[in-house]
Amino acid sequence: MGSTLAREGSTPLTPNKPNFPFGRAVSSLRARPRIGDPLFKWATGFFAVLIAGLAVLIMVSMAMNSTLPIAKFGFGFLTRSVWDPVAEEFGALPFIYGTAVSAVIALIISVPISLGVAIFLVEKAPPKLSNPILFIVQLLAAIPSVVFGLWAIFVLAPMLRNHVYPALQTTLGFLPMFRGNQNGLGLLTAGLILSIMVVPIITAVTTDVLRAVPGTQREASLALGSTKWEATLIVLQNAKSGISGAIILGLGRAIGETMAVTMVIGNRPQISASLFDPSFTIASAIANEFTEASGEIYLQSLIELGLILFFVTFIINMLARLLVWSVTRGEGRGAHV
Amino acid sequence: MRTYSRVARAIAPLITAGLMILPLAGCSSTGGDSNAEVKLQGAGATFPNPLYQKWFSEYNKITPSAKFDYQSIGSGGGIKQISAKTVDFGGSDAPMKDEELKAAPGEILHIPTVLGAVVVTYNLPSVNTDLKLTPDAIAGIYLGKITKWNDTAITSSNPDVSFPDAAINVVRRSDPSGTSYVWTDYLSKVSPEWKDKVGAGTMVNWPPIGMAAKGNEGVTGQIKQSPNSVGYVELIYAEQNKLPYASVKNSSGEFVKPSLESVTAAAAGSASQIPDDLRVSITNPPGKDAYPIASFTYFLVYKNQDDQAKGKALVNFLWWAIHDGEQMTKPLLYAPLPAEITAKAEQKIKSITYQGKPLRS
Repeated sequence: MGSTLAREGSTPLTPNKPNFPFGRAVSSLRARPRIGDPLFKWATGFFAVLIAGLAVLIMVSMAMNSTLPIAKFGFGFLTRSVWDPVAEEFGALPFIYGTAVSAVIALIISVPISLGVAIFLVEKAPPKLSNPILFIVQLLAAIPSVVFGLWAIFVLAPMLRNHVYPALQTTLGFLPMFRGNQNGLGLLTAGLILSIMVVPIITAVTTDVLRAVPGTQREASLALGSTKWEATLIVLQNAKSGISGAIILGLGRAIGETMAVTMVIGNRPQISASLFDPSFTIASAIANEFTEASGEIYLQSLIELGLILFFVTFIINMLARLLVWSVTRGEGRGAHV
Repeated sequence: MRTYSRVARAIAPLITAGLMILPLAGCSSTGGDSNAEVKLQGAGATFPNPLYQKWFSEYNKITPSAKFDYQSIGSGGGIKQISAKTVDFGGSDAPMKDEELKAAPGEILHIPTVLGAVVVTYNLPSVNTDLKLTPDAIAGIYLGKITKWNDTAITSSNPDVSFPDAAINVVRRSDPSGTSYVWTDYLSKVSPEWKDKVGAGTMVNWPPIGMAAKGNEGVTGQIKQSPNSVGYVELIYAEQNKLPYASVKNSSGEFVKPSLESVTAAAAGSASQIPDDLRVSITNPPGKDAYPIASFTYFLVYKNQDDQAKGKALVNFLWWAIHDGEQMTKPLLYAPLPAEITAKAEQKIKSITYQGKPLRS
C-alpha cells in the first residue's frame, strides 16, 4: 500500500526529487562499458522468471500428483459428496460448497462496510483523520489468522451462541438457513470471521482506486450543479471496475483462508440448508487431513482439492488484476478513467 | 543526490551478486562433520513426543556419542518416512498395515514403547460427579442415535446423576490421527453397527453429526468452549486441561476409570493374545481392571540395519528405553509396558541385525 502514501494529496511528483538512480546512469554521457547494469538486469530478470516458473511448476506437480482420483472419479469428483477414507471414495462437492458459501457470507457483510469506510476516508474525512483510520484498518490485515481463530473460538462463538443466534432464530427462524441446532460454531460463524479479515483488503484497494479518480471529476460535477452526494456517486461510477477488483481480491482471500476458518467451521463435509450447521472448506480440509493422510488415493484426492482451489483463486485473482488495472492505467493520463 | 546515486550504482551489483552467492555459501558450509558421534533421525507420532524428547536428552547425558532427533509429524508421516528410509526410525500409534509392510524395502519391526489411553471427556456444567458410560451409549452417541443427554442409555448407568434435557454436542478429530484410530477401532469392536457403517481408521467417514476439531488440543478447546459437549482425547490432554473423563464399562462388565494402572492392565490382559510381530490392537481387552480404550505406541525400525554404527546406537538406545526409560513415563502420564510385553520387546530388539549378525545379544 506504499502507493497510497506516495499519491497522497494528488500533487504531481516534484521534478527535483531523485530519480531512479539507474535511469540516470543510462542517460549519462560518460558512457563506458559496465558489468553492473547488465548483471543487475539479468539477476533481477532471473528472479522474476524463477517465481513465475515456480507457480507453473506447482500447478504441474499438483496435476501430476492427483492422477489416481482424476482417473478414478473423473469430473465426478466435483459433484460427488462422499468423503470416506476407509472405503477410499472421495468427492469435492461439500468442500466446494463450504468454501463458496463462507466466502459469499463474508462478502455480503464486508463489502458494504469496506465501501463505506473507503468512501468516508477519501471523499469526506480530512486527511488528518483519514490517514490514521486507514492505518488502523490496514493493521487488521497484519493480524495472524490463527489469532482471529482463537478470538473467534473464545469470544465471538460464545457471544453468537448465547445472544445473536438465538435472536436470529426467533426473528428469522422461518427461513431454513436459520433453523436447526446451533452451538455458536459453523458456516455462519466462519463467514463472519472471514468478513473481518477481508475488510482491510477491500478497504485499502478501494481507497487507492477512489484516490486514483482525478479531483477534476469531482470539481466538474460540482461546478455543473450536482450535490456532494451526486458528485460522490459520479466518482463511484468511474471507479466501478476498480471497486469490483477490490471485492474480487477480498473474495480470493476469503476462499484461501485456512486457519481461522478451520477453527470455527466445525470441519464436517456436508451440504446443509442451515447456516448454523458445521461445514468444511477446501483450504481447511487440506490443512486438517494432509499431514496424516494414509493411502495413496486419499492423499491424491487432497492434492486434487488443492488443484481445484489453485484454479479458482488463479482465475479470481486474474479477474481482479484486470479490473484494478483497467482503472489505474488511466490515472496518469488525466480525466478519462 | 549525485553521490547517493553513484554509491547506489556501485553497490547494487555487489548486492545482487551477493544475493546469488549466499545460498551457495550456505550449502557448502554444512557439508561434512567428521565427528565420531552417531546422529539418528526419527519422525512420527505426536502423542509420545514429550516422552521421546525426554528420553533422548536423558540418554544423551549417559551416551554423549549418540544424538537423536525426532520430529513429531504424526503416525502417518512416521510410517511414510521409515518406508522411504528417509529416517532411521519411525514412530506410530497405529501398527503398520500388511500392505504397508509389504511395500517397505525391508522387514520392519514394531517395538512398543509405552501405552496411551483415549478417554471420553465432556462438558456438562450441571453435573459434578464422574460419568459412567457403557459401550452401547458411546457408540450410540457417535452414530447419532443418542442425541440427548437424558437418554436412558446414559441415565441408566448413572442413576445418581440428573442430566439436562439438552442436545449432545459431539466433538471428534478433523485430522487423521492415531487417537481416532484407537477410538474407531474400539467402537468397531463393541458395536457391529459401527463396524458395518463406519469402520476403523485414522480417518473415517464419520456419521453426519457433531463438530470436528484439529488435534487433541483442538478437541479439548472445543469441549471447554461448548456446554453439553462430549469428545475423545488422549488421557494427558484431559488431565492437563482439568476436564472430567468418564469410566467406561469393559468386557468384564466393570466400569473402569482410565489411569496409568488400568491402561497397563489392559496391555497385560491382552498379552497372551499378542502375535509375534507385536502388531496388535488392545482395545476392549479381557481383564477385570483393564480400561478398554488403550493402545501401544511403537518405534518402527528395520530388522536389517544398513549402517553398523547407527544400528548399534539404535539398538542400545531401544534397550535402554524399554528398561531405564520406562521409569520416566509415569510423571509424564504415559503408562509403562507390563513385564510380559517388555520381555517380547527384548526379543525383538535382539533380533535386529547388521549383515546377518545380531547387534545385541
